[in-house]
Amino acid sequence: MPEDWQAGGFGLYIHWPFCQSKCPYCDFNSHVAARIDQTRWTRAYISEIDRIGAQTKGRTLRSVFFGGGTPSLMDPTTVDDILTKVRATWPMSNDIEVTLEANPTSVDAGHFAGFKDAGVNRISMGIQALNDNDLKALGRLHTVAEARSAFEIARGLFDRVSFDLIYARQNQDVAAWRSELNTALSMAVDHLSLYQLTIETGTAFGDRYAAGRLNGLPDEDRAADLWDVTQDVCQTHGFSAYEVSNHAKQGQESRHNLIYWRYGDYVGIGPGAHGRLTLDGQRWATEAPKPPGEWLAQVESTGAGELPREALSADDQLTEFLLMGLRLTEGVDLRRLGAAENPDLAANIARLEDDGWLEQDDLRLRVSPKGRPLLNAVLRTLLSD
Amino acid sequence: MTDLAHIRNFSIVAHIDHGKSTLADRLIQETGTVADRDMKAQMLDSMDIERERGITIKAQTVRIDYKAQNGEMYVLNLIDTPGHVDFGYEVSRSMRAVEGSLLVVDSTQGVEAQTLANVYQALDADHEIVPILNKIDLPASDCDAVAHQIEDVIGIDASDAIRVSAKTGVGIKETLEAIVHRLPAPKGDATKPLKAMLVDSWYDSYLGVVVLVRIIDGIMRKNDRIMFMQNGTVHQIDRLGVFKPGMMPVEELGPGEIGFLTAQIKQVRDTRVGDTITTEKKGVTQALPGFKPAVPVVFCGLFPVDSSEFEDLRDAIEKLALNDASFSFEMETSAALGFGFRCGFLGLLHLEVIRDRIEREYNIDLITTAPSVVYHLYMKDGTQIDLHNPADMPDLTYVDHIEEPRIKATILVPDDYLGDILKLCQDRRGVQLDLTYAGSRAMVVYDLPLNEVVFDFYDRLKSVTKGYASFDYQLAGYQEDNLVKMSVLVNDEPVDALSMMVHRDRAEMRGRAMVEKLKDLIPRHMFKIPIQAAIGGKVIARETLSALRKDVTAKCYGGDASRKRKLLDKQKAGKKKMRQFGKVDIPQEAFISALKMDG
Ligand SMILES: Nc1nc2c(ncn2[C@@H]2O[C@H](COP(=O)(O)OP(=O)(O)O)[C@@H](O)[C@H]2O)c(=O)[nH]1
Ligand SMILES: C[S@@+](CC[C@H](N)C(=O)[O-])C[C@H]1O[C@@H](n2cnc3c(N)ncnc32)[C@H](O)[C@@H]1O
Ligand code: SF4
Repeated sequence: MPEDWQAGGFGLYIHWPFCQSKCPYCDFNSHVAARIDQTRWTRAYISEIDRIGAQTKGRTLRSVFFGGGTPSLMDPTTVDDILTKVRATWPMSNDIEVTLEANPTSVDAGHFAGFKDAGVNRISMGIQALNDNDLKALGRLHTVAEARSAFEIARGLFDRVSFDLIYARQNQDVAAWRSELNTALSMAVDHLSLYQLTIETGTAFGDRYAAGRLNGLPDEDRAADLWDVTQDVCQTHGFSAYEVSNHAKQGQESRHNLIYWRYGDYVGIGPGAHGRLTLDGQRWATEAPKPPGEWLAQVESTGAGELPREALSADDQLTEFLLMGLRLTEGVDLRRLGAAENPDLAANIARLEDDGWLEQDDLRLRVSPKGRPLLNAVLRTLLSD
Repeated sequence: MTDLAHIRNFSIVAHIDHGKSTLADRLIQETGTVADRDMKAQMLDSMDIERERGITIKAQTVRIDYKAQNGEMYVLNLIDTPGHVDFGYEVSRSMRAVEGSLLVVDSTQGVEAQTLANVYQALDADHEIVPILNKIDLPASDCDAVAHQIEDVIGIDASDAIRVSAKTGVGIKETLEAIVHRLPAPKGDATKPLKAMLVDSWYDSYLGVVVLVRIIDGIMRKNDRIMFMQNGTVHQIDRLGVFKPGMMPVEELGPGEIGFLTAQIKQVRDTRVGDTITTEKKGVTQALPGFKPAVPVVFCGLFPVDSSEFEDLRDAIEKLALNDASFSFEMETSAALGFGFRCGFLGLLHLEVIRDRIEREYNIDLITTAPSVVYHLYMKDGTQIDLHNPADMPDLTYVDHIEEPRIKATILVPDDYLGDILKLCQDRRGVQLDLTYAGSRAMVVYDLPLNEVVFDFYDRLKSVTKGYASFDYQLAGYQEDNLVKMSVLVNDEPVDALSMMVHRDRAEMRGRAMVEKLKDLIPRHMFKIPIQAAIGGKVIARETLSALRKDVTAKCYGGDASRKRKLLDKQKAGKKKMRQFGKVDIPQEAFISALKMDG
């Protein structure tokens, strides 16, 4: 399946690695910097777009995503220069989605109108919690009131606005989350991301957890209860999950993220950005140097902000196709999966189907509702030999 | 050859840490046997493990030339005996090779259980005993009280006990004089045919097997053709010598003397401790009395954690067995743990020493299954079977009755903890034989099943007495009891490596402890897993490991595909290290922890 990526589409990810402060739970490639020379950064992004553009000539772009970090801290002119370059490099589908991740403070909100003028048409806002105590515990700089006003500004400017919440927080019980979630749904426009708090190693929370000083986190049973209530409440409000942590009204899914989960091709530009590119029938995993300074210097001195590429074997691709695709409620396309030629896989599928963890029809294979909160265990069994 | 009147052979008896090694060093140094600059502390301990645990496993010996105050030269032979109960037989043999003992008691501590066990061995061997009160330099030293205690508890005269500080050297001269004047000279007849006792033997990579001997009668010479009477093998002596403490060659050894020989012997197994050595021709016909081969009493399975190391393990075990005739092994296969060996040991310490040496010297990580004693099964058809491994237990309908080994345990404990000790022994099916007081300490003697002691007795004893009790034991024969095999079932599949023999009355408790522990050790699966302990078909304890409810990664975007893929690949590799029982994967660590001796 040499041009298999076409079933997933083609998108561009731009990573902006700076934030105003580092949140204690966050393991994204995000850094606090005193001064950022945005014209230098703009030049570097543009040079990278040129370089990759030459390798992917003629492909139609379906989505651009500014992620971070905190891209809402970019100057609108920086975003404008980049998008101008993007339009000059690739043809675009007429319904192209251009998303920018935003933090809900007044400073960020002050940039929104400029982003819109530059061509951004969707905002994804990190509100995280709708209660001031928890926002503080999460190390956030904003209050609920501030977040709400930033959100209102975004709604006034953009048709498509999504926001993120983190749940399964310290000392959060099911009843409290249910009511917070109801409030969130009353605010929601068309899309909502609901993440269970993950304790990542190498973060402040990770250290505190390892030292036994992060109390009140839910155990597995409470985490499962919180998951169940999330699915229920969202479904009643017409916001069913289309992915493990993502909920949307019909047709309002994030097109960009769907490219990842449907295992399409994507260009990744910026410090630590990953990409998947099919070139002459070989699929490559690309990755950029993580430290912002290093990436910038490398782009400026060598003209390529990239680490050596990894050629993905058929096995690697199968694993990635399944681990990404089965996150989606729609599941994966059986023709792309090609289980017929893989007896181990077919046997594992049959076993998991018998036990009710997987479901399939003529066209697609998907994880059953009871299997979804156990996706990792389903994948381990599915991929075992 | 030294004339008998100028030889003194002795050993030192002491509880661990009372100063045996320090005293030996002092004696060696005082007599100039070793130049001061060559003196490294504790000359006589050699193996790392011995040094670490502060115990002696192999007998060591040193010959000291001493010019006494009467102006005459004496040869003093010190044999340092193994200090631990597991090696009781070796101790008793080396005791028979000497005529006297220094009984070293720490004057700040008093008599302990090991002191007792060893001193009784010395008395059994008809030793003259010189009590030494050590560590008198310490403020807590109380010589009068300890001398009294020696008289009360051991029943020997301690009025002329020597007061010593092995640390500062006070009393060392008096000790040397006492060895000469208070201990008897050995007896023997140089004109009789050669009769020598094999005191100990060990393997040396340059010399082959080195044999430590005590000459009883006759003369042993270099190039003699000698016979080991147990199996009749003949060898020609190629080296003869004494330890000063380095090896020093001599031409001959006469009656009363202690020395070593080498004779191109390949395996320590061919040289049994306690055997009699004579000349091939015109030798004695009557061997020394009292020889018995060492018999393993504790068995366990040793399995490599990494099953690809099985051949390395075989190699290590065979090499160790060459140098340790008391350790037995045979191949064992377990559904849970794969290929390994069922090994027999003299006791728990012996087991630990061998296991440590395999892990350390041969770099093999091991899983050790629960130690088991040897049960005597009396079958309905009149035959008798020795059961070394609970997994081999035949169907009960064929068994008439089962006997288990018991021990006589001596425990010395401060009064304050006596109640806890009595309760512990009672809980372990003990029968009290004796209870006496000596000062503020009590001496309790119990008849206990060995099986209850190999489980976690040492650890419990230590913890209930905060380390203040001392403990020693002797095997005391077999006795019938109500014993059963307890099996463990995970998701209804029996796990052979976890089955064990237990007393019927203790089965529920042990079963409960095991299933609770396993419930914590086995990771949750996608289905619920019953964990049961059973006797025959009857379940006696049960826990249910509930099914996994949530295991899903919250965030997974473009940058996470590689990371997640690599994680899955790693988990796949990790799964190969799990043992599969039906649908259940049990991690290696679960076996290691479930089988930990401390229960
Ligand atoms: N203060 C003092 N310490 C001693 C004396 N004799 C031995 N020790 C110390 O007691 C500890 C145990 O001694 P050691 O000879 O190893 O005992 P062993 O286990 O009986 O061989 C060591 O730390 C010695 O240094 C002594 O006379 N006075
Ligand atoms: C790239 S991040 C941040 C976007 C933006 N800088 C912000 O903080 O609002 C995207 C989202 O991932 C989620 N997230 C980050 N770290 C997380 C963690 N440890 N556990 C769960 N969700 C996390 C947050 O909801 C966050 O909004
Ligand atoms: S959560 Fe958002 S704002 Fe906080 S450090 Fe991470 S990227 Fe920056």
